[in-house]
Amino acid sequence: MPKSEIVIRLGGEGGEGVISTGDIFTLASARTGYHVFTFRTYPAEIKGGHAWYQVRVGPRPVLSMGDQVDVLVAFNLEAYEKHKHLLNTEEGVLIYDPDEVTPEPRPRTVFYPIPFNRIARQDLNFVRGKNVVVTGVLAGLFGLDPTSLTQFITQRYKRRAELLDQNLKALEAGLNYAQKNLTKADPYYLTPTERVGRLVMSGNDAIVAGALTAGCRFYAGYPITPASEILELMAQTLPRLGGTSLQAEDEIAAIGAVLGASFAGVKAMTATSGPGLSLMTEFMGWSGMAEVPCVIVDAQRAGPSTGMPTKLEQGDLNHALFGGHGEFPRIVIAPGSVEDAFWQIINAFNLAEKYQTPVIFLSDQSLSHRTESLLKPDLSKVKVVDRIQPTADDLANGYERFAITETGISPMSIPGTPGGMYVAPGLEHDEKGHVDNPLASHEKMVPKRFRKLETLQKELEAPPRYGAPDARIGVIGWGSTEGAIREAVERCVAKGMKVAALHPKVLNPLPEKHLEQFISSMDMVIVPEINYTGQFARYLRSVFGIPVVRINKWGGLPFTAGEIQRKIEEVVNGR
Amino acid sequence: MVVSAIPLTAKDYKSEVKPTWCPGCGDFAVLSATYKALADLQLRPEKVVVVSGIGCSSRIPYFCNTYGTHTLHGRALPVATGIKMARPDLTVVVMGGDGDLFSIGAGHFPHAARRNLDILTVCMDNQTYGLTKAQYSPTSFVGHKSKSSPYGTVEMPMNPVLMALASGASWVARGYSGRPKQLQELIVEGIRHKGFAFLHVQSPCTEFHNTYNYYDARVQDIPKDHDPTDYMAAIRLAMPQEKTLLGVFYRSERPVYEERLRAFEQIKVEFDPDEFLSRYG
Repeated sequence: MPKSEIVIRLGGEGGEGVISTGDIFTLASARTGYHVFTFRTYPAEIKGGHAWYQVRVGPRPVLSMGDQVDVLVAFNLEAYEKHKHLLNTEEGVLIYDPDEVTPEPRPRTVFYPIPFNRIARQDLNFVRGKNVVVTGVLAGLFGLDPTSLTQFITQRYKRRAELLDQNLKALEAGLNYAQKNLTKADPYYLTPTERVGRLVMSGNDAIVAGALTAGCRFYAGYPITPASEILELMAQTLPRLGGTSLQAEDEIAAIGAVLGASFAGVKAMTATSGPGLSLMTEFMGWSGMAEVPCVIVDAQRAGPSTGMPTKLEQGDLNHALFGGHGEFPRIVIAPGSVEDAFWQIINAFNLAEKYQTPVIFLSDQSLSHRTESLLKPDLSKVKVVDRIQPTADDLANGYERFAITETGISPMSIPGTPGGMYVAPGLEHDEKGHVDNPLASHEKMVPKRFRKLETLQKELEAPPRYGAPDARIGVIGWGSTEGAIREAVERCVAKGMKVAALHPKVLNPLPEKHLEQFISSMDMVIVPEINYTGQFARYLRSVFGIPVVRINKWGGLPFTAGEIQRKIEEVVNGR
Repeated sequence: MVVSAIPLTAKDYKSEVKPTWCPGCGDFAVLSATYKALADLQLRPEKVVVVSGIGCSSRIPYFCNTYGTHTLHGRALPVATGIKMARPDLTVVVMGGDGDLFSIGAGHFPHAARRNLDILTVCMDNQTYGLTKAQYSPTSFVGHKSKSSPYGTVEMPMNPVLMALASGASWVARGYSGRPKQLQELIVEGIRHKGFAFLHVQSPCTEFHNTYNYYDARVQDIPKDHDPTDYMAAIRLAMPQEKTLLGVFYRSERPVYEERLRAFEQIKVEFDPDEFLSRYG
């Protein structure tokens, strides 16, 4: 039976075009109307080391990277050795360079030997065109519309005539080779479908798009994997918008500048990864004390210390929730997918502005770097919130920057406003911002600041819920694992299990009312997360006082839906 | 610069908060010179932001009737950078001590200077850590005995003027709390200067390290024939001297950071999320 859902994995030496082949193929598939979901990982070195890229393509929405590999493209022997065990045993396809790999026999596997290197080097005299040759072969084999590929390559090289010509020739060579020398023996077809044009964005792209939509006009950051693309895209875009982008001397300076810009009245953001977040921690507290809004994106990577820069871990939750000295309100948000990243970063800005607190936005290596296809977000649904400023009356009657209010929120005046002068203090202070009677101030101000979270908690909407309405087994996840959890739960439900998942996006304050409702209707709660110590599981346990069953994975890779499904089944059956 | 209809006086920049400094502290002279300088310039108080880090001198924003931020130890310059980049219309003055700007915050100083943001940074240098009660500072002289250097320091002192010159500050000067009139003039000139202005002030701590007598006997104006546009001459004057030289070491005109950034405004467009997202189609 022909199949149009395929998981393709490409593996090879870092720098030989594995990632770009995947990117071109993914974009072409999405332009033809397919849904895509990718995962990529590469070594922390610039050249060399093993890189791989996986794309799952399908006619229906794809939620995770897929369980097994239907098509393995091995650029070299290492790629073959590393990934062959994941190849679909029923309907697998191995595409390889016979000059590099001599595969062992496998029943029910279709072999397509293609001398990529020879084609690129000898036929085309264009060694660096190997990735485009591979793209052409894949398009030819699976029937992907070559026009979209030609368009893509033309767009990419439109300013470099010679390279454009060479790449178009490489694409043609790949297509021709597939059509002339290979006999189609696999069941996979990506023939043009409904042709709904979809966007293909990475999590980092979506974060920038959402931040700019929310009104961010100042960015400061320091390069760090996997957040650097945010700095690069902001540096490219902001100046044209009359905004400014700063590559700071370090992460401390980055968040300091963000808070300066925000104090001055401009919506501002920084993005970093774990080690940078550690450096920003002291300023997080200042933001909480001085009530200056800021958005901090933490694209988590495996730690501790420098850890594994290009590998995934949901390891910074504790730091986001509790990091820093003293007690201050902070909002923590974790998006579940690329599209969600767009909406949640808008939410992050709105909450930062409204509540005048730091907002820590937890992306991670898999979400920041993976690409997903999505329909263009409905921009009419965008709501932008600006901070509350003092009225003329407030200013005329002895303006109090830190006025005690029921919501905990006080009007914030912007430099340039006559009569609104105040000092944003890191010291404990009274309503006016004066620091001379700290004990009396502290008693009043701590609850005032924390009331913001109480106000927010009441306003939090129900998190997305997936699975059976009458479920007795509950799964609660957070962050980028949403798709895999949802897929696993839907598979379990399809098998007749009474399972449902809840995926809160605001993690501090927790939507307690909604979580309580969910938890109290379950016999058992399972918490899957990508870390060793079960940070979210512990957190839930500390808030709700319930035992939870943990599913933990570490080692730098995302969950597959199958892994979560198997664990849920184990937990349910083992009981 | 907005000029007020009724001339502003030094008092207009004075807040209702009384300084917490010890009697005789050199920082009083800096504060009062600042009030007077702001009045000389007739700057609207709401258009001025005084930014500081942590330390005795860093309390200064509270004493000014302007906008202000009292940030973290050593971090005034990054915050000032963000304010000035976001709002070039504001006058931003960074004020802090020798420990704040040249010990914990030393990593930020050269970057702020080389970027040439249009801000004035005033270092009130008392060569001691006053707020933590008398440990030595990065500008303490070799042999300085303090609570944390009971046998005398063995570290070379930092030379803030030389460091500012080396880092690319486009205006560099030194004042002394014992010469308030000159201090006021230097603050005026520093704020007027387009670019990163650095004013080093010898500002004695009467409580832990009273150097008034030492500086009274040592300060001397920079020779009248010094050409402040001569970078190498400025460097030579900034090297350790018999005397503590006061006045403008260096002055140069080069494009300021925020204006170079604003040059992009010539191609300024409104953000169009629809168009931005379409790039990914």
